[in-house]
Amino acid sequence: MTVHVLRPGLLSTIQDLGRYGLQHLGVVPSGAMDHCAHRMANALVGNDDEAATLECTIVGPELMFGEDALVALCGGTFGGKTNALPGGRPVLVKAGARLSVGKAVRGSRAYLAIAGGFRVPRVLGSHSTYVPAQFGGHSGRALQAGDRLDTAPDLAELSTQRFLRLRNSVVYELWRTVRWSVPDFTVRVEDPVTIRAMEGRHYGQFNAESRQAFYTHAWRVSINSNRMGYRLEGPALGRKRTAEVLSEPTCLGTVQVPNDGSPIILMADHQTTGGYPKIAEVASVDAPALAQVAPGGLVRFVKCSLEEAHYAEDEMLGRLRAVRNSLQSMFATQAIHG
Amino acid sequence: MLADFRETLDLEANVRIQRLAKAIQLRRVAWIRDVVPALASLAIHIDRGRLTPGDSPQRMCEVLLSDCLAEQLPDLDQLSRTVELPVCYEGEFAPDIEEIARSCGLTVSEVIRRHAASPHRVLMVGFVPGHPYIGGSDSSLSVPRRATPRQRVSAGSVAIANCQTVVYPFASPSGWSIIGRTCERIFDASWPQPALMAPGDRVKFIPIEREEFDRRSRRRPS
Repeated sequence: MTVHVLRPGLLSTIQDLGRYGLQHLGVVPSGAMDHCAHRMANALVGNDDEAATLECTIVGPELMFGEDALVALCGGTFGGKTNALPGGRPVLVKAGARLSVGKAVRGSRAYLAIAGGFRVPRVLGSHSTYVPAQFGGHSGRALQAGDRLDTAPDLAELSTQRFLRLRNSVVYELWRTVRWSVPDFTVRVEDPVTIRAMEGRHYGQFNAESRQAFYTHAWRVSINSNRMGYRLEGPALGRKRTAEVLSEPTCLGTVQVPNDGSPIILMADHQTTGGYPKIAEVASVDAPALAQVAPGGLVRFVKCSLEEAHYAEDEMLGRLRAVRNSLQSMFATQAIHG
Repeated sequence: MLADFRETLDLEANVRIQRLAKAIQLRRVAWIRDVVPALASLAIHIDRGRLTPGDSPQRMCEVLLSDCLAEQLPDLDQLSRTVELPVCYEGEFAPDIEEIARSCGLTVSEVIRRHAASPHRVLMVGFVPGHPYIGGSDSSLSVPRRATPRQRVSAGSVAIANCQTVVYPFASPSGWSIIGRTCERIFDASWPQPALMAPGDRVKFIPIEREEFDRRSRRRPS
C-alpha cells in the first residue's frame, strides 16, 4: 500500500497524461514529458494510460516496497547501481526489497509504473505535478527522502494476480520478472537527434541566415533547460522586423525566440501564452524523443509539413497501440499455474 | 490551431474574441481540449485522437469557427462576472506610483482615482496560472514597461504598463510598474474555478487603506 522513498533522485515527480481544459485560465498542461514511455510502463503492469507514474530525471530514486508490487520502468535506459531495476519489462518486486532506479545511461527520463497506479489526489482533473505553482502530484512537489507514496489498497494481490498471467517468468533474489521486454520507442542513438519541426507563425519575419541556421545547425540543449522549456545554444537568430509580438497562445513544442536570439522549445510545463516570435513548432510525434535528450545533448531540426507530422504521429501511436493490445490480451488470459 | 485577428491590441476586437471563445466552449466539442482567447488571437487545442480518422483538424476548426460566427455570439456580460478587487495603493505596496504620477503629470491620488474608475476587463489569462492581463485603463495612465525588470515582486502585486494592468498570483519577476497590492487570493488550485479572474470578466479595483488591507489579510485563511 505504500512505497517508501529512501533517496528522491534528482527530480522525481508524479505525472499522468496532463491537465487540460483550463488553459484559458493559464493552467499549464504538465503531464509526462515522454508520454510514450509513460503509456508503455502503464501497459506493462496492466494499467490504463491515465494511471499516474513516477517520472524520474537523470538520477532516479531509491525506493522500498512495503509489499509485493508489480512495477515497470520505461523510457531512458537507467542503471549502474546495485539492485537497479531492469527496464522495459514487468517486474514483481518482493515485499521489503530496496530498489534503485539508477542513473540515466541513455536518454534522460524514465517512468516507473506500479499496478493500480500511484494514488495521489486529482487536482483540477489530473495527477500531474506542477512544481512552479506547487499543486498536483505528491504535495505539489518533487519527491523528498522520507516520503511515502500511496498505491492501490490491494497492491500485493493485484500485483501477484497480474504477474501470474505473464509467460516466461524468471526468478531473481529481489524480484521476479520475464524473459522478454518491449521495444523502446523514444530514445534515439543518433547524434544530433533529428527533430521534425514545422515553420512557425513568425518564421517569415526571421532573416534568411537565421531561417537557414535554424534548420541546419546542430543545437546544444542548455543545462538551463527544464520541464518548462529547452533552451538551445547556437547562432543568435534575428528578425527582419523588430516590432513586438502581442502575447498569444503557445503549445507543447512551440519554438520561441526571445530578444537575445537563443531559441526556447516549450515543453510539458510551458506557459500557456507568450509574447516572443515563434520560429517553429516541433511535430508532436517527436516531443517524446526531445524529452529524452539530456542537457548538453545535440538536436537538429528537419522541416516537415503538418500532414507529414500527423501521418508520423498516427504511425507511432499505431505501433504503441499494437504493443499495448498484445500486453492487454496477456493480462486478460487465465493465470498460468506452475 | 491559432486564429489571428489583429496585429495590435484593440479592445473591441478582444471582446469579439472572448465572445467567440465562449461560443466554442459552450458547444462542448469532444475533440477540443482547450479554447484559449488571447489579446488579439484565439487558440483551439485539439485532441486528434478524438477526431474521426481522415478528418482534417484544420478543416474541422474552420467549419466550427464559421458555424459559431454565423450565429449570434453569446453576450459576454451574461457569461462573465464582475470581480471587485480591493487594492492598497500605499507605501511599500506601491513603489512605482510616485514615478508614474510624475511621468503622467498627475497627483498620486489622481492616479489612484483614475485607475479605480477605469472600466477594466480581463483580456487574457496567461504567463502563470490565474495571471490576468486587464485592459481598459484610463489612457492618461499609459506608461511603457520598465527598462530594468525587478527580479521578484510579491504575490498580489498590481502593476501597469501599456494601458494594461496585471495582478501577480505568485511572487515572480516583473518588468511592469507596481502601483498597489491586493489582499485577495488570485489563484487557488482547490477552487472549482481556480482563477479569481477569467477572460472576459469585468474588474473593479477598490482602493483600500493599509489598515483595511491588514484586517482582510488576517481574516483570509492562508
